[in-house]
Amino acid sequence: MIRLEGLRKSYGKVEALRGVSLQVSPGELFAFLGPNGAGKTTTIRILTGLTRLDQGWAWLDGHDIVSQSLAAKRTCGVVHQHLNLDSELTVEENLDLHGRLYDLPRSFRRRRIAELLEYVGLLERRGSLVRQLSGGMKRRVMIARALVHQPRILFLDEPTVGLDAAIRRRIWALIRRISADGATVFLTTHYIEEAEFLAQRVAFIDHGQIVALDTPQNLMARQGVWAADTLHGEELRTRYFTNAEAAKRELAGHEGGFTLRRVNLEDSFLALTGKKIQ
Amino acid sequence: MHGWLPVFLRELKIMRRRFWRMLASMAVSPLLYLIAFGYALGGDQGDGQAYLAFLVPGLVAMSSMTQAWGIATDINVARFYWHVFEEFQAAPISNPAYVLGEVLAGVARALLGVLVILGLGLAVGVEVDLGPCFWLAVGLNSFTFASLAVAMAMLVKSHADQGMLSSFIITPMAFLGGTVFPLERLPGWAQALTEVLPLTHASRAIRAAALDQPSPPLPFFLLLGLGLACFFLAVHSVNLARE
Repeated sequence: MIRLEGLRKSYGKVEALRGVSLQVSPGELFAFLGPNGAGKTTTIRILTGLTRLDQGWAWLDGHDIVSQSLAAKRTCGVVHQHLNLDSELTVEENLDLHGRLYDLPRSFRRRRIAELLEYVGLLERRGSLVRQLSGGMKRRVMIARALVHQPRILFLDEPTVGLDAAIRRRIWALIRRISADGATVFLTTHYIEEAEFLAQRVAFIDHGQIVALDTPQNLMARQGVWAADTLHGEELRTRYFTNAEAAKRELAGHEGGFTLRRVNLEDSFLALTGKKIQ
Repeated sequence: MHGWLPVFLRELKIMRRRFWRMLASMAVSPLLYLIAFGYALGGDQGDGQAYLAFLVPGLVAMSSMTQAWGIATDINVARFYWHVFEEFQAAPISNPAYVLGEVLAGVARALLGVLVILGLGLAVGVEVDLGPCFWLAVGLNSFTFASLAVAMAMLVKSHADQGMLSSFIITPMAFLGGTVFPLERLPGWAQALTEVLPLTHASRAIRAAALDQPSPPLPFFLLLGLGLACFFLAVHSVNLARE
């Protein structure tokens, strides 16, 4: 469904992508996890036609994104990191113009827009100007807009960045629903819990390269099951254990105590790259 | 060429929301020109022609240029501030379709600006001949500058660059393009220089048509050629706007 081979992109002397290859299966919910500047947004921008690639190949639903760009664009919807709605237009007008860009018939657009606004819980705000909406509502409008033409692939670039915890969870529930309805979802995030909660597979990206790709469970299991954080002066050290009792026994005498928690994706990323994501 | 209509409609919807503000801002500059040049400095040009009758077609040319060029600012804001341009880049529409939609929006703005001038002209007692040659000249002028505006909006890298282009291209042309004074009063070398400005030819064609004088075909062909060249430049520039 989504296939990338040796994707490379440079901005001047800065290499944003250094040979990214991966494959996402139909219906999969896939997350690209990495710190800011790792190359996540560049990948989505290339796949959605916003940025030119320097080298490599990519296919969306079998369509080459360079030689069959219009066909490739028809297969996907994209929710950009920036809020890029027309603030002077209403919610409905934003969605309708999107439908027109994809050449959808009027009757279909009307029905689909009503369905989607119901889906994202904004049907009663269809006539509101976008500038009158909160940040969370705007994000939901963007997700609805990306779904108007029934794309088989949905790209979400940092879909919950800047949103508070409650809204973030609401967006997560929406993304899960979209995935359950059959769309392939390609998500970028630098929120650990977002990738853990949503993704069926996760790729770690750092300095434009994929450093690991697996299910969240397998990635975390590489470190163990339990992580114990201890403070040594001003330095925080983490040790990993497969057994909580073993961790408690070994660290019982540690001066200053310790915090025992489940291993998360941040631990795996840290082990692979030597740095934290957030 | 699917896709030009939603691009055009988007601009029209935004124009509708801003209609009265736009109309007021379109009237301010021409009104000042009419007062300052028409009444304070104007009078008879010496050939029996009232200066206001000379000025109003010039303002039509100027306004159709500046309003068509104004689409560049809207694109610029949509591109760098609201990021709405990304929506068009990600959509399955061709570059010519995108450019056509924006150019037509620029032409629509220009026609609105022209109607404002014609209304102001009527208010000061100047009636112009609104025959096909008049509208053809206005349309070609608007098309040329809207196409140039789209091309430049794709090539600039920031809001500041856009402002600088206006200062270097539009402001000099507005004054030296035969809009507010007869170019024959300039020295020979200066007259020759003004011949390279597209607005000079647009003013000539629009004024001749407005005053019901014979319209030479050359300005029409020049504007058509230049307009098409700018349109193709704009189509090519859309690719350059991608990173």
